[in-house]
Amino acid sequence: MTADIHALSGAYALDAVDPQERAEFERHLAGCPSCQAEVDSLREAGAALAELSTQTPPAHLREEVLSGARQIRPLPPKVLPIGQKRGWRRAGVLLAAAAVALGLVLVAYPRLNSQSGDRLAAVAAIQHAPDASATEQKLANGASVIWYRSASLDRTAVVVKNMPAPASGRVYELWLQNSAAQMVPAGFLPTGGSASAVLKSSTPDAKGAGITVEPAGGSPSPTSLPLSVVAFKAT
Amino acid sequence: MERDHLSLVPSATSAAAPDATDLSAVIKRCAKGDHDAFAALYDATSAKVYGLVLRVIRDAAQAEEVTQECYFEVWRQASRYDPDRGSALAWILTIAHRRAVDRIRAVEASDRRDRTYERTINVEGHDSTAEVAEARLEAQRVRSALDSLTPTQREAIELAYLGGYTHSEVALMLEVPLGTAKTRIRDGLIRLRDTMGVTTR
Repeated sequence: MTADIHALSGAYALDAVDPQERAEFERHLAGCPSCQAEVDSLREAGAALAELSTQTPPAHLREEVLSGARQIRPLPPKVLPIGQKRGWRRAGVLLAAAAVALGLVLVAYPRLNSQSGDRLAAVAAIQHAPDASATEQKLANGASVIWYRSASLDRTAVVVKNMPAPASGRVYELWLQNSAAQMVPAGFLPTGGSASAVLKSSTPDAKGAGITVEPAGGSPSPTSLPLSVVAFKAT
Repeated sequence: MERDHLSLVPSATSAAAPDATDLSAVIKRCAKGDHDAFAALYDATSAKVYGLVLRVIRDAAQAEEVTQECYFEVWRQASRYDPDRGSALAWILTIAHRRAVDRIRAVEASDRRDRTYERTINVEGHDSTAEVAEARLEAQRVRSALDSLTPTQREAIELAYLGGYTHSEVALMLEVPLGTAKTRIRDGLIRLRDTMGVTTR
């Protein structure tokens, strides 16, 4: 079935899939940046077919659409505490500037509330790795974030403190940046406040990581600019 | 006259449809609540959107509803359009196509789709000469690109996209194995993309 899943990209791009296939493929998309890029380009090609069916709508529709829009509030772009520009996914310079690798193995870490023992142990394993690096950030919303990275384990962990609780229906989603400079889903922060997580993804040798606010359930790729982003120093 | 609003888009003449760069800028202005920009967007894209939706749904009344819904979503989500992912027009048409397909699948009443489709071809008589020429030119470009596909690829793609059928339904309709329709659609789209020189990045 894994071999088949890539073959669905064309049908998916044309909405020619049933709900189960759509859900399955979107789960796949979350971890396959090359498929996402392919789907985007195939959608572009598919949309060209609309040239064959152009049809001027009835005149009355125009006013209905325009007046209807007057009762709809356009969504704002996401507000960014750290003032990142658009296109942050490929802003290599920005990421490099954000990386202040301390290069220390941390023996102690802040006491954390409401975490599972397993998660703490997994985070600690990364913190204690011989080649662990730590990058500390202070966010404009008052939160502090520490990114831990071990190249030998190929693992990343994040520890946050004083993180405001996400708005209702929203989650803090974690991302890893792959070698194609795309952000791939890597899990979620379990709560606001004090929290930690090991980033999970099939992306090997990640180049960086980030946190964004997403709708509950997460998104296959970031829909907003990040609260926090870090570039891993090349080993 | 509807077309007066196009003059608000700086580089668009009154007769030519705004190009891809213009539409991206127009959407940016919509994101700030610019209703004039939204009117320009509607004027530039409504024939493509409505035509596509009508082609998929067939029922004119429902096509009008779905077209409205599409534009409301475009207006609401304008700030979320990402130019890195693709053209503004493709973004709008993706919204339109998805809504049209969702509507026919939700309804699932075959009688709605069997209703006589009165206008089966591109009726260009309503538009200005320049718009007609532009539409014909673009349609010609797409038709030429489609000629580079095998007939079976083209058939599968048109049934899937314009017909709104799933690839499994397409396989049944074309009497081919399930995997074949899926492959033809993907191979054909890749061919179409490469022939038309589509780049999103």
